[in-house]
Amino acid sequence: MTKTKIASGRRSFLRNTLFAGSGMVIGFDWLAQQSLAAAKDSLALPKEWYDFNAFLKIGDNGLVTIFTPNPEFGQNVMTSMPMIVAEELDVDWKDVRVEMAMHDPAKFPNAAFGQFTGGSRGIPSKWDALRKAGATGRQMLREAAAKAWQVPVEEITTSNSVLQHSSGKKATYGEMAAAAAQIPVPKEVKLKAVKDFKIIGTSHKNVEGPKIVTGKPLFGLDYKVEGMLIAMIVHPPAFGMKLKSFNDASVKGMPGIKDVFSFKTYNEGQEKGGFDANAFPELVAIVGNSTWEVMNAKKAIKAEWEPFATYNETVAGFGGNKSQVKVPGGLENSVDHLAKMKEFASKPGRVVRKDGDPEAAFKTAAKVLERSYSAPHLAHNCMEPMNFFADVKGDKVKVAGPLQAPGLIEPTLSARLGIPAENIEIEMTRMGGGFGRRAYSHYMVEAAIISNQVKAPVKLMYTREDDMTNGVYRPAYYATYRAALDKNNNLLAFHVKAGGIPESPLHANRFPAGAIDNYLAEDWSIESNITIGAFRAPRSNFIAAAEQSFLDELAEAMKKDPIEMRLELLRKAKANPVGKNNDYDADRYAGVLELVRDKSGWANKPKSKVHRGVAAYFCHASYAAHVLELTLEDGKPVVQKVTSAIDCGIVVNPDAAANMTEGAVIDGIGNALFGEMPFKNGVPEKTNFHNYRMIRMSEAPKAIDVHFVKNEMSPTGMGEPPFPPIFGAMANALYKATGKRVYNQPFLGDKQELGM
Amino acid sequence: MAVFNLTINGKKHQVDVDPTTPILWVLRDHLNLVGTKYGCGMAMCGACTIHLDGEAMRSCSLPVAQVSNQKITTIEGLSENGDHPLQKAWLEHDVPQCGYCQTGQIMSAAALLKDNPKPSDEEIDAAMNGNICRCGTYIRIKAAIKTAARS
Ligand code: FES
Ligand code: FES
Repeated sequence: MTKTKIASGRRSFLRNTLFAGSGMVIGFDWLAQQSLAAAKDSLALPKEWYDFNAFLKIGDNGLVTIFTPNPEFGQNVMTSMPMIVAEELDVDWKDVRVEMAMHDPAKFPNAAFGQFTGGSRGIPSKWDALRKAGATGRQMLREAAAKAWQVPVEEITTSNSVLQHSSGKKATYGEMAAAAAQIPVPKEVKLKAVKDFKIIGTSHKNVEGPKIVTGKPLFGLDYKVEGMLIAMIVHPPAFGMKLKSFNDASVKGMPGIKDVFSFKTYNEGQEKGGFDANAFPELVAIVGNSTWEVMNAKKAIKAEWEPFATYNETVAGFGGNKSQVKVPGGLENSVDHLAKMKEFASKPGRVVRKDGDPEAAFKTAAKVLERSYSAPHLAHNCMEPMNFFADVKGDKVKVAGPLQAPGLIEPTLSARLGIPAENIEIEMTRMGGGFGRRAYSHYMVEAAIISNQVKAPVKLMYTREDDMTNGVYRPAYYATYRAALDKNNNLLAFHVKAGGIPESPLHANRFPAGAIDNYLAEDWSIESNITIGAFRAPRSNFIAAAEQSFLDELAEAMKKDPIEMRLELLRKAKANPVGKNNDYDADRYAGVLELVRDKSGWANKPKSKVHRGVAAYFCHASYAAHVLELTLEDGKPVVQKVTSAIDCGIVVNPDAAANMTEGAVIDGIGNALFGEMPFKNGVPEKTNFHNYRMIRMSEAPKAIDVHFVKNEMSPTGMGEPPFPPIFGAMANALYKATGKRVYNQPFLGDKQELGM
Repeated sequence: MAVFNLTINGKKHQVDVDPTTPILWVLRDHLNLVGTKYGCGMAMCGACTIHLDGEAMRSCSLPVAQVSNQKITTIEGLSENGDHPLQKAWLEHDVPQCGYCQTGQIMSAAALLKDNPKPSDEEIDAAMNGNICRCGTYIRIKAAIKTAARS
């Protein structure tokens, strides 16, 4: 145990030496940002801090700093993760201050998801580590007290930052911190029983709320140091194009412009990681004094582009598996994409799962229901456009900005600059949205290359247009569902065939697999040079819409209530599962359906003019179901209410989890109705919010009523699971309202006028 | 380049910038007032909302040369201690997710309440439809505006 005054790790060493004197113009220090309102009841700064572990330090006055390992993009980890540490530490929440940890693989190993925020793995992947961090701190404090008071450690109790003994002896955590920090770290610690939780399961306000509502610098785009230059990039106007030449003469003399040059984001032959997006590997950089000056130069620069020919590259995936990826040449069109997807859908696919004899069942069927569903590419459109700060000095690199996966991009940056990872310091700022987009942080590498070239600290900023047209989109998808019924409308067989550009959305082992004797799942994919990436609940965000719409239509064909029909299948999957690899828990799945049925009043007839749709889905490791109620006003759908039921295990911060669910519902309705990024000759046709339709306040549901299944299971993730099923609930309610099924997203496209 | 005298949050500032520079970048780049955010640069998202003589304005589309004697208020100047009724209501409802849009939302809402202290749902929608929240916090924003309106 060391005092933090003595720099302990390589990262703090770097921090103290490399950038001493660069002097933040805008302080990122959390204390400087405390608003008066928030600071009222809190403790002052301690004279001395004592390190307990990677997550925790305690001050001599009892102030406790808890470090959040995972970057925050609105999913509340910066509050919820410290709550877990605080629970086991038994500290009074008002004594806790939260700081974002630096990227540090020594403290937060890359195994076990490291500091990656994504895949709804944040809380689940850190649950044990966070609890142990707090419990270890508490144990060391108790041992220090036992030593000081000469009593057995078992007799020391804790509550609200105070240690106590039955003899009447008492000490605050602050008083015991110095001695406790000297205690050897216990190998094993006892964790609290779930029933004893006081902080976990009770709503706590966002720890950064006061800074957010007062406009303090929190985001990457707010980052600034003395002498920092602004950089922007110019990228090809179309996928399938590369840089041919550019004319810097017209731009170089413009006011405030320091440099204009082209660069390659990766070295020749550099092996890529699975998250190294690569639509435009050669870019033009413009560097200058201020944002507006660089924007003007960006508008003025003349560049020529040319189509590239098909090429292959080696990509190392998550597990280190290397594969050859073909990047086809050509300028692609969304219209052709859809035609091609239909063509692939009409041919046999790759069989991923087969139970029983589906072919025979379809032959003997009295009735076959077949429906196809499609969805276009989507842009993530994080509110804060991509950006990053970089300062490369010799063989040392400091980068700071918004990213979801520092551990994934550090090797790429290290390889590109030929600078060892130990010399790279990554600071993670609060992100203005992520949604998967910032797992692909090529923009951080770009910023560092530019800083290296101009030998100055640089903030690279994408304009909204850059952000929207630079790639990493949700893929385009297509799925065909078939169901075979006998003459009494019993379900005999089920067939799904799904694919996309460039990946298939199929999850062959999810419900209703396991519930149907004759089942067939096939997939296919079509290559493309349009770069894609994870988008909130990747693949699930489409396939849930298709599947849940189909199940609704199937229930109707079977003359059954859509919830009861799903529950019947789930009972079968539970009692008599078909096949081996079913990857969902039928009880938990049924649980959210029953909860949403009861809470939405499904058994009662809907109020007059109200039309309801239901959908449920399992993805990541959690379960979600929604009932959506809408009315038609002047032919426009108005969502009156959404009732949501979620089973994500223990809910750490209930009100924040409800907020996340509300967000998923609104985001899902927006994308289902309007979301679309079409391409013409490789050109992304939507460039900013004037033509990329986003959901607005007047279009949000009037109410969202969120319910969580109460259980004692360790958390199973929350950011993504409520998102996919809302698409289906919307589609099913639209059908009830209009009598017409919707099969192709976006359901409304640009047809509906903005409600303003 | 030209020199402009601006009154921002009750203080006088002098900047020497290109006259076409939007107020957004004057605030962010030249005066280190970064609470006003960039989202689209074309008056379509509301992230950059400020008050010009008390009226909500998209600062990304307001060249500095067009501002003469009007008083500019940014989120940093909305209240002395972060205790404007809207800021308090925002905390009470725990509105933000990522938080990036929220200063613009609060500035739009503050202009609304100044003119219309008890807005209806429809009036709130109309005033707030220019502010995108990508995270989808609209319901909480509306609830917070109503709470502030009651206080
Ligand atoms: S940045 Fe001004 S409205 Fe979007
Ligand atoms: S809170 Fe993230 S954009 Fe509104």
